[in-house]
Amino acid sequence: MTDVIDTLVGIAPGSKLDAIRANRSEARKHAQASYASLFEPRDLAGVTAEERHALAAFVTGLHGEPKTEAFYAAKLPAALRAAVAAEVASARTKGPYGRFPKGPLSVEDAAGPIWKVSDAGAKALGPRLKAAFEHTHMLVFHPRDAAPPSLQSLLDAGWSTTDIVTISQLVSFLAYQIRVVAGLTTLASTL
Amino acid sequence: MSQKTATEKTLTPPPHTEPVVFTRDMLDWLPWIEPMAEQDMTERHLASLVDASRVKSPYFRLLARDPDVLEARTRTDKDIFYNPEAGLPRAERELAAAATSRLNGCIYCASVHARFAATYSKRTDDVQRLLDEGVGAKLDERWEAIVAASVALTTLPITFGKEHVERLRKVGLDDAAIADLIGAASFFNWANRLMLSLGEPATQG
Repeated sequence: MTDVIDTLVGIAPGSKLDAIRANRSEARKHAQASYASLFEPRDLAGVTAEERHALAAFVTGLHGEPKTEAFYAAKLPAALRAAVAAEVASARTKGPYGRFPKGPLSVEDAAGPIWKVSDAGAKALGPRLKAAFEHTHMLVFHPRDAAPPSLQSLLDAGWSTTDIVTISQLVSFLAYQIRVVAGLTTLASTL
Repeated sequence: MSQKTATEKTLTPPPHTEPVVFTRDMLDWLPWIEPMAEQDMTERHLASLVDASRVKSPYFRLLARDPDVLEARTRTDKDIFYNPEAGLPRAERELAAAATSRLNGCIYCASVHARFAATYSKRTDDVQRLLDEGVGAKLDERWEAIVAASVALTTLPITFGKEHVERLRKVGLDDAAIADLIGAASFFNWANRLMLSLGEPATQG
């Protein structure tokens, strides 16, 4: 399979950046294996392919990095892609923000929105993705606000504990992949 | 679709003391949803831990519920941080991890990687200043450039630009070292989100 990070950065075989990535061949191989295990898994278990790609389109839309955003959005049917894009438009903000445990760090608390899916979005996405998108917004922009009730909302919407592990990995992996692509793209522009 | 018939419930962690500052002390981590029980783990689950000793960790037994992604995550992590071949010195890969964790607010992750950064650099006071004062702490130009680049990769929108690359080159990082820094800071944007959202830290003892 084509390496997604190489493709998105535009790393040509034999280029300087190709040689640099080759020095970390295990990281390169397993970043790709992480992608494959999330988006082309041997067993989808409790999270459908469409749910995985809808979440990815939302996460990459929130990050606003055009190349990764286009890559994941292209994997969705048009109606769902439009519904995700509408939610992204209302959800995009700045991060990271959130609260610290009460104490000396409270002076660093930074306020920000607790985002909710729109009524139209809830209709288009259904209850499972609605809950997952709201959780995802927190994970992307204010992960230190996470608490057991956010996980209970996912369980109540019909996700299992194992599904929560998978979708948490999916969102968090993308937080990595998007930054590697952005960082290496900037580095490449200086070589 | 999920085959579950009854809705599951989150866990209530046992009585514990929550750390309220960033620290280099050893911390525990308490899950909010149920890790796998050791006796229920198949060979595939156990292999996904990569290090057999991780079967004692509730964090890794929770992530083992999706073994393929856990194994790939772990092997990515190990190469970014432990591969000694060229690139950024280990201490500074750990510094990038600690700075990222400090900014995102992951007290658990910051404790582990601040300890490593202090051990490998022997600059305990500088590492502690990063924990105490945050990513604006006065360090030295090389470390401040590394912290600033980690911050620029972590904030949203991402602000990492050519000026960060140039500043890193001026303090002596070559292209391979800059790529390592990008890998380390980016990886902690993955790790922080899992640790922060699936459970909470607790003071030991």
